[in-house]
Amino acid sequence: MVNFLIRRLFYMLVTLFFVSIIGFALIELPPGSYLDSELQRLRQLGGNLSQSQIRSLEIRYGVNDPTYLKYWKWVSGAVRGDFGESFEYKKPVGELIWGRLLFSVTLAFSSLIFAWLVSIPLGVYAATHRYTIPDYLITAMQFIGVAVPQFLLALVLMVFATTVLKQEVGGLVSQRFVNAPMSWEKFWDFVSHLWIPIIVISAGSTAWLTRVMRANLLDVLNMQYIQTARAKGLKEGVVIWKHAVRNAIHPLVMAIGGVLPALISGEVIASIVLNLPTTGPLLVQALIKQDMYLAITMVMFLSIMLIVGNLIADLLLAWVDPRVRLE
Amino acid sequence: MASVPTTAPESAGKKKKVEDVGQIPQWKLMVRRFRQSRLSVAGGIVLICMYIIVILAEFIAPNDYQKIEADYQYARPSEITFAAGWPGIYAQQAILDKENFTWTVETDYSTVYPINFFVEGHSYKILGLFESNIHLFGVQAPAKLYFWGADGQGRDIFARVLKGGQVSMSVGLVGVTMVIVLGSIIGTASGYFGGMIDNLMQRTIELIQSFPTLPLWLALAAALPREMPVVQRYFFITLVLALVDWTGLARQVRGKVMAYRSADYTAAALAAGGSHLRIILTHMLPNALSHIIVVAALAIPGVILGETALSFLGLGMLPPAVSWGVLLRDAQQVQVIMLYPWMLTPGIAVVLAVLCFNLLADGLRDAVDPYG
Repeated sequence: MVNFLIRRLFYMLVTLFFVSIIGFALIELPPGSYLDSELQRLRQLGGNLSQSQIRSLEIRYGVNDPTYLKYWKWVSGAVRGDFGESFEYKKPVGELIWGRLLFSVTLAFSSLIFAWLVSIPLGVYAATHRYTIPDYLITAMQFIGVAVPQFLLALVLMVFATTVLKQEVGGLVSQRFVNAPMSWEKFWDFVSHLWIPIIVISAGSTAWLTRVMRANLLDVLNMQYIQTARAKGLKEGVVIWKHAVRNAIHPLVMAIGGVLPALISGEVIASIVLNLPTTGPLLVQALIKQDMYLAITMVMFLSIMLIVGNLIADLLLAWVDPRVRLE
Repeated sequence: MASVPTTAPESAGKKKKVEDVGQIPQWKLMVRRFRQSRLSVAGGIVLICMYIIVILAEFIAPNDYQKIEADYQYARPSEITFAAGWPGIYAQQAILDKENFTWTVETDYSTVYPINFFVEGHSYKILGLFESNIHLFGVQAPAKLYFWGADGQGRDIFARVLKGGQVSMSVGLVGVTMVIVLGSIIGTASGYFGGMIDNLMQRTIELIQSFPTLPLWLALAAALPREMPVVQRYFFITLVLALVDWTGLARQVRGKVMAYRSADYTAAALAAGGSHLRIILTHMLPNALSHIIVVAALAIPGVILGETALSFLGLGMLPPAVSWGVLLRDAQQVQVIMLYPWMLTPGIAVVLAVLCFNLLADGLRDAVDPYG
């Protein structure tokens, strides 16, 4: 176990090292730099800039350094927790992203829990009532759940919330609570804002997990020990939940690895549409404006989220299913 | 990967035909199995119709997709009436609201303008080859036929959705072709030669999979210069989507090829002096082909959704090019959708296309293994 963890952690560091190089190269790829848009802005503000002014700005931002030097500057700071400064916001990157990152993780995690809470009962129901109308309905919903683009679902739910529920949408809390001190009322308002992003982020994954759950349970239900359990005279509920579901659930844990990228991508796009203060909107802005240190740091952290999530999924699988050896 | 259920219910006909399974060629069995999943067949038919409509976009759409009509901003979808025993529409007119100084589009119910077929209109070229000015249907001026309403600049959404489909629906096919080429070459090399090459390829794939998909797409798309010509941008966006997507296919092909590599017929072919290339081309790829097609078909919806999401975020196709994602960008605000719900019609097109591809791919997957 300890051996496995050490090996995985080491492997993780190596992966992250390569991820950082590729990510950095990608972000350095577009021609020009943040300085170009900054210069344009300064020109619009106050006429001409002299060559020496441009030169001093270039030195200050370090845009003409060779890529490996920029990379070294960033990575040597990053391991010490200093991720450089955002050009756009004139603030340290760390300061900008910690809060957002925390919220991203919370959203992705709550969506995963939500997807499980919905897909397990739905999958079990569909498997135990095979070829009935509810089963067909669940199957149909799965197909639609996978087919609807997340941003479209977000838009539709926002319209639904505004017109039918008369709820204020977008952002974390309603306007009147933005500057209010924390209170139960504000907390409730926050929770009522959360359901749209969680549904949007988890829709596709829920559909997929329901499918996996249904298929696995159908396989397990054909096994002989289920027949034995029934022959013993156990109640059907006990047979299903205690004997069958337990053995059908570990592929669901395995599926976390497949679902995580979708959850992280969903979190990014849902936050942009719903205007949530997570990494999504900031990342897109940083990429468009070539705010490179901000962009690379966020790409790194989203990758870390994915890699750590996969590790947790593996550990969880070993815990749920003792037959799995961590080797 | 967990096993995924077959959606096709076992039909009664299957039992009857089971006896001749050993006697007919495999491809016939595949066709038979595919036909059994009616939803997949339906999905396939709808897709074929969609592709035909999209290819003939300019012929079918009554209006020019680019034409700005200041008088028809956010015009409602035309109401179709059968008042004259023949489908017709009422004319819409922009009227200045003198109190608020805003233009509103009102419908004038006094006259019915019948919808005529094969009318002359603006000229266009289908696929850039056949020039014509005949449109499938149209109405007499001053009425204007807006099936699905107009956008903020009075452009016909019906025409734009059809035109946008040319990009959105072809991106899936072109992107997946790139995925197939990349994935099968790398997967075959990896599985066939093993050793160092295999190790290197597998680590590369793991590395690519350590990036979350959307952020990686975003970073790649942001690297494209914004002032590229439309066709070039289309190509690069597709490439971006494919570059991230090929890893799954490569893994599947590798697994297959590794199994065939240790088969006796491969050893026989090697002993008979067959070159590696010949063995790969005649023994490996044809065997893996059905799997490649299925994995590719399963990847198409992802590519379509990817293009839509990128364009929606302003990093994919850019106006004046139209794709479904570009069109949905106009419907970003909740207020806009609430006032003009027809702005969401491109979204319905996306859902329909992706849904049908998923259904089709599902049936194909079942059909590939007809003995199961």
